[in-house]
Amino acid sequence: MFGLPADWSLEVPERYFTLESYDGGVARWCPGCGDFAVLSAVQRICRDEQIPPEKLAMISGIGCSSRFPHYMHAYGFHGLHGRALPVACGVKARRPDLHVWVTTGDGDCCSIGAGHWLHAARYNMDMVVMVFDNSIYGLTKKQTSPTTPLGVGTNTHPDGAFLPPLDVAQTTLGFPNVSFVARTVDWNPLHLAATLEAAYRHKGTSFVHILQRCPTYTPNVFDELRQNPDHTLLLTHPDGVAADEAVRRMYKNQLEHDPSDYGGAHRLADRREKLAIGLLYRNPSAPRLDSFSIRGLDLTREQRTAALERELDRFAV
Amino acid sequence: MTPTTTAPTPAGARTRTSVGERIVEIVSDSGEGAQKAGQTFGTVCAKLGNGVWTVEIIPAEIKPPARSRAGASGIRVRFASREVTNRGERADLVVAFNEQVLYGRIDSGAYGPGTVVLLESKWAEDPQEEIRALYAEALADLRRLGLEVFELPMERACLEVVPDARVGKNMFVVGMLCEIFGRDLDKALEEVATVFRRKGEKVVASNQELLRRGAAFAAEQVPFAWEVPAHAIEGERLVMNGNQALGLGILAAGIETVAMYPITPATSVSHYLGRALPAVGGFLHQAEDEIAAIGFAIGASWAGKTAATITSGPGLALKTEFLGLAVMAEVPLVLIDVQRGGPSTGLPTKVEQGDLLAALYGATGDAPKIVIAPATIEECFHFVVLARRLAEEFRGPVVVLTDANLATGVAPIPRPKLDPTWFAPPLDQGPWPEGVAPYDWDLATGLSPRAIPGQRGGEYVLTGLAHTRNAKVAYDPRSNQEGCEMRSRKLAALATTLVPPVPHGADSGELLVVGWGSTLGAIEEAVDDLRREGRSVASLHLRFLSPLEPGLAEIFARFEKVMTVEINYSDAPDLPGIGPENRRRAQLALLLRERLLVDVDCWSAVRGQPFGPGEIAEAVRARLGAASSDRRGAA
Ligand SMILES: Cc1ncc(C[n+]2csc(CCOP(=O)(O)OP(=O)(O)O)c2C)c(N)n1
Ligand code: SF4
Ligand SMILES: [Mg+2]
Repeated sequence: MFGLPADWSLEVPERYFTLESYDGGVARWCPGCGDFAVLSAVQRICRDEQIPPEKLAMISGIGCSSRFPHYMHAYGFHGLHGRALPVACGVKARRPDLHVWVTTGDGDCCSIGAGHWLHAARYNMDMVVMVFDNSIYGLTKKQTSPTTPLGVGTNTHPDGAFLPPLDVAQTTLGFPNVSFVARTVDWNPLHLAATLEAAYRHKGTSFVHILQRCPTYTPNVFDELRQNPDHTLLLTHPDGVAADEAVRRMYKNQLEHDPSDYGGAHRLADRREKLAIGLLYRNPSAPRLDSFSIRGLDLTREQRTAALERELDRFAV
Repeated sequence: MTPTTTAPTPAGARTRTSVGERIVEIVSDSGEGAQKAGQTFGTVCAKLGNGVWTVEIIPAEIKPPARSRAGASGIRVRFASREVTNRGERADLVVAFNEQVLYGRIDSGAYGPGTVVLLESKWAEDPQEEIRALYAEALADLRRLGLEVFELPMERACLEVVPDARVGKNMFVVGMLCEIFGRDLDKALEEVATVFRRKGEKVVASNQELLRRGAAFAAEQVPFAWEVPAHAIEGERLVMNGNQALGLGILAAGIETVAMYPITPATSVSHYLGRALPAVGGFLHQAEDEIAAIGFAIGASWAGKTAATITSGPGLALKTEFLGLAVMAEVPLVLIDVQRGGPSTGLPTKVEQGDLLAALYGATGDAPKIVIAPATIEECFHFVVLARRLAEEFRGPVVVLTDANLATGVAPIPRPKLDPTWFAPPLDQGPWPEGVAPYDWDLATGLSPRAIPGQRGGEYVLTGLAHTRNAKVAYDPRSNQEGCEMRSRKLAALATTLVPPVPHGADSGELLVVGWGSTLGAIEEAVDDLRREGRSVASLHLRFLSPLEPGLAEIFARFEKVMTVEINYSDAPDLPGIGPENRRRAQLALLLRERLLVDVDCWSAVRGQPFGPGEIAEAVRARLGAASSDRRGAA
């Protein structure tokens, strides 16, 4: 009819993505592992934001949590232990069209990859960095990590670590040019999703410290927090993580914290009294290395050739 | 003054002696502009059609104290009627602004009997007695060693033109050299105008005046004159060092992302790219360390953007794990290693060819990768272009090995005619063909097409774990075997496209010298000299180290003996306790013995200096003697 091809109706200009569009197969974490919750939350955000799967770059290091990309239908890069961030920066540097999500563990990020952690924060390229903090080395079977609390016995320190742990969010806040630090917990899916959503929306490197349950090796580390919500302090603010009514009902301790308040963020990040969850700090105007690294992407081949000839001219005798 | 065998024409007569080549050095305390003088003179020679090789003489310390023995800063210019491919050996002529810096150069073998020295004479009248004494003592030492010294009041002559001789001496020296070598002064004046153009007319005029005075001064005071005939050259030429050639190669290859961490002697590539890469639309990333640098490049490459990382020895060591990942996950990558002395921090500014085996075998497990080595400055340019294409076609890392000798040597090369196919093809963002696996290995070649993020339908997860052709993690016994076979097969496939190398000098004979990398010029010069002596010697230079070029067994079979010459460590065969079983051999020799089951001998040294043709010839003579006596013994 009207000379249109018979399959005209199949040429739908719009694609609609469902949760299945991002499904990369059965995830193989231990039953009860907190990683599942994060996977669901990320898939939901991708669906809500309608990100084409081919535009997703899911990048990770090595560890249980770093298996994450395998369970997404997307482009994934499951690289080396501790080295997800340099790879992610290399991807983002010249591909501003890709949505970069980094998965890294407490060992991956805060131990072997600690140098990159600091520098990626400083580069502040547009990406979400999810730090899965289960307070242990999971994949290698229960060794002390930099976040293992005192008193928790591991295979390398059966009587517990010698030194107190570092806190992921608090440490990240200390890095120069850091632009987004939030904290959430895997056992509160609503808050987890809202936090990741805020991270995704932020233009810059968004660090999300996720307390993640490892029923296999650190089954009890979060007991107190989970059994008694009073140990948690929910941060609220119109510029912060959107706290659902249901979430607000869960926590009696709440504080309106302006995420532009850097000093306040430092104080709140300290876990000695309460675990603050929500957006600790955000600076939307921190300079981004990717705003420099994309320069020149628009040059045509002719312009590049002409520039190259000029370069050769400089050496002419 | 004792006459020497190479005595220049005696004073008064001043006829111009024609010679095939000359090696000139200008040495001073640092900051006296000797390097600029040498470069200017070298450029004049190159423009006239001489072959030229210049190399800077750099003191170990950034600012050594004045008049210190090890503080020589300066430049060597070797120029000839033919092409020059290396720095040569002893200098013929030295212009020295003080006598102390000569000691260090003598220690490193740069000067010897017959070297003519034009020495600044003001120190003889220095107000400090100690300096006068040192000067007199040095003068006696130099003459005792057979150097021919002419004391000249160069600085005084400069002061007639400029108030501070330190800033004028260098162009004065260029004028002297132009006169000594009969160079057209107009050409030199033009060059001075170019060099100082940006500093304004006054500076140009005063430097031109210094040049003229220098020429007049030499005509009066220097009792000899040489000529190194030049041949007019066809086509445009560019003058650059090997690192600049690498940088230009990166631009010409269309490599748009370069990630690095500063390390001598590779850094100057990045110094060049810091300005030039953005000019052609690319990005230079100075990463937080070498691991991050290669990770960044791999990330960019995985995302479809051509990428390179540049380093030297210690940096290569740090990059090893990522290099293995690039092999395993088949990510195209150009890794340039400008080799320096090792192991560990080693000799940062000095040449060595010690990273061959690290490049080939440094990674754990089986990590087959392409390794190539340019032998000339011109090849530094073209091999980067080649490396980019190989990396993409063979889907993996390509290591380009150069060294400090190529990095610092400056020579004219023909201007490359840019070819549109050198640029990386534009990013493919079309849909990925349905049913094609992410590692759709061709069983005959191991090659497979690559999906780039953004290509709809091509989604896959790259992993450094053993994986199937579907990029699925697999621990079963068959998958890892297959993956390894496929990656190895790519090298075999590449080897079938290569042509056998051609020996230099002769097709058969008593001894074949095999080399790789920057030693090409010195080896071939040595072979030419040895053949003139009537020795049955030839040489073969390898550019591909992995895979090796084909046909080597057949070439080696035509020679009685094969020996590599390499700048890396090997036990000399006559050292105490060393025998054929425990002798540790040079790196290429090891590789060739393993591949070809030929008794490949080696001669190598790690003195941190490039080989001159003379010492190579000497080593060959020594081995030939031994070889002949061996044969007699066996008969
Ligand atoms: C260079 C290197 N060193 C060590 C390892 C072994 N390794 C794998 S995962 C891991 C720790 C993982 O802990 P974490 O990052 O906290 O991730 P989790 O498994 O807890 O999610 C280690 C030490 C490795 N793969 N590579
Ligand atoms: S070991 Fe712990 S972190 Fe790893 S998959 Fe099991 S529960 Fe999750
Ligand atoms: Mg962990």
